[in-house]
Amino acid sequence: MNRQDLQTIIYAEKAKEQNNKYKHKLCVCCGAGCISSGSEEVLKKLQEEVVTRGLEAEVEVIATGCMGPCNQGPLIKFLPEYTIYQKVDCSNIKEIVQRQLIEKKPIEDLLLFADSRTKPFIDAREDPYYKKQMKIALKNCGHINPERIEDYLVHDGYHALDKVLFQMSPEEVIAEIKQSRMRGRGGAGYPTGLKWETVYKYVSPQKYVICNGDEGDPGAFMDRSVLEGNPHRVLEGMTIAAYAVGATKGFAYIRGEYPLAIKRFELAIKQAKKLGVLGNNILGTEFSFDVEVRIGAGAFVCGEETALIASIEGKRGTPRPRPPFPAESGLWGKPTLINNVETFAGISPIINNGGEWYSDIGTPKSAGTKVFALAGKINYSGLIEVPMGTTLREIVFDIGGGIQGGGEFKAAQTGGPSGGCIPAEYLDVKMDYESLTSLGSIMGSGGLIVMDQSSDMVDVARYFMEFCMDESCGKCVPCRVGTKMMHDLLKKICEEKGTRIDLERLEELAVYVRECSLCGLGASAPNPLLSTLRHFRHEYENRITE
Amino acid sequence: MKTNTLSTDVELAKTDPRIKLITAKIKKENYKPDALIEILHTAQNAYGYLPMSVLKFITKALHLPPSRVYSTVTFYHFFSLKSKGEHTCLVCTGTACYVKGAQLILNEIEKQFALKPGQVTADNKLGVSVARCIGACGLAPAVVLDEEVHAKVSAEEIVNSINAKIAV
Repeated sequence: MNRQDLQTIIYAEKAKEQNNKYKHKLCVCCGAGCISSGSEEVLKKLQEEVVTRGLEAEVEVIATGCMGPCNQGPLIKFLPEYTIYQKVDCSNIKEIVQRQLIEKKPIEDLLLFADSRTKPFIDAREDPYYKKQMKIALKNCGHINPERIEDYLVHDGYHALDKVLFQMSPEEVIAEIKQSRMRGRGGAGYPTGLKWETVYKYVSPQKYVICNGDEGDPGAFMDRSVLEGNPHRVLEGMTIAAYAVGATKGFAYIRGEYPLAIKRFELAIKQAKKLGVLGNNILGTEFSFDVEVRIGAGAFVCGEETALIASIEGKRGTPRPRPPFPAESGLWGKPTLINNVETFAGISPIINNGGEWYSDIGTPKSAGTKVFALAGKINYSGLIEVPMGTTLREIVFDIGGGIQGGGEFKAAQTGGPSGGCIPAEYLDVKMDYESLTSLGSIMGSGGLIVMDQSSDMVDVARYFMEFCMDESCGKCVPCRVGTKMMHDLLKKICEEKGTRIDLERLEELAVYVRECSLCGLGASAPNPLLSTLRHFRHEYENRITE
Repeated sequence: MKTNTLSTDVELAKTDPRIKLITAKIKKENYKPDALIEILHTAQNAYGYLPMSVLKFITKALHLPPSRVYSTVTFYHFFSLKSKGEHTCLVCTGTACYVKGAQLILNEIEKQFALKPGQVTADNKLGVSVARCIGACGLAPAVVLDEEVHAKVSAEEIVNSINAKIAV
């Protein structure tokens, strides 16, 4: 299929959307969270109800990806009104359809956040939960059917790819990404444009693009939701990257724990190939690019790029020393570009709107938006996307609706087992790469766990150390032995058997492990310990026996 | 893995219809050793775990040293060398579930069924394991009982659900 054929399809689909015979679009959230709450049954019942009432000519019912407030699911969104119903039960569907569609009087008690707000909003966009957010990577998630490429095409899907292939040289694409000042969303925050340029500069007949979807941090589910809710966006980002760096083959490494994300991404690849936006001679040009899915087998260390490459090669996922960096010698020794799912999801908006547009969002050093997975003792846990520089207070209290059960905020944990805790006195910290690092935490991939006074910070440190101890691949000694020793000492302190010497040894070990480990896992394993020691030292002191 | 048992086990495996699925996958991947993990996924989906005889079969088909296959299998959490039981109960111990009391659920399961994570009852009816994070953090604490996600569960609820499953 060439460019003209694709444009014919897009025009036809857009015309269909404009002359839409449907007056209402009903979106049922079918992200993994809502499915576990029973949204598939709700979708079926809703479709039946629409047919029973003879409304199928004017009402369209579709399954979408994640809408955000996961613990309020199952969710139904009525468009164009933007009215969202929460915790929908099959038994109240009849009433919802009757009141919302026929009588045009929404049932206030069932609206989103009705059980926690004094007055819920009929237009959910007015709610502070959505008002404070800005969706770029998650745009269209929750609006379109992720299993139909046509839905994506109507919302400017593959427009950026078309622009890149016909109007831009690879150098111009890289310049645009550099201008956007986007930084890798996997956690370390390396400038994306610079990474692309490095891979571009190495001359090789074969280069690879890898999408890192091995979201191993416990408490994080951003990548899962993006892959489930808008897989084509990630695929388009990968294809643009391949064009820019000169790669012809790509791999998407997705966690085995995410069967739905794997299914939808594989479907997206199939659809894209059929439409000629992936595969040989994309849109009739000389450029060819193919993507394969690799299913992760459950090893946290595989999020580290060299370990991930070993895993794609079918080996034990152990890291190797860098340099050479994957940009020079990666998969099967060839130059390889590795970016995170969320990074790829942000590429097409940058191409469409320009790098300058993106760089104006956020803070001077951290441009754009960041997706966070809110969880823990917070009222509205789920997925949010905010401009960089939004304060922790806004995230926890305005968007997250405050602490569950009226408790008191004690700390927020970011960055998972590689990150740290932010205590209450720093609630006004701006969420960007530098500010979090200065507090001894990291941005990480975006997991944000809120804790109240019932959380024991020494035990939190022990929990993360246990995780790192189990997940250490065993290749280098500082990490393999160091995490085990630190875990044993932490356990001893938790059981109130530790002494002051143990605490000193713990601090000493933390530095050795951080400085001497081979890869990021070991180097960041002491972070939760060091940050709880920094902000909650008294909790350790109280446990010590003299 | 003793080499003298290799041939007989391969013969045994050939009579198993599930081995066809694995053979098809190996052919599709062109006998490439790089596809080892993909092939192991197929095998585990077919058997529920990775029996030694099947591993030997794969080792031979891909012309790999047994140590390479064994070391790969034992490296990844996803692969299991033991049967996981007829019914599986997977307790998520991710950070959100930990904060919301996943340990209490594990304690109760241990009390009721005398099972620690990774163990299976003597009659092979029930197996209990833990997951690092199933990514359903908004629904913590979460337990996956035979592929079905039970969200925001209490220890008591999950014990009742397990009892209902194993009673059948």
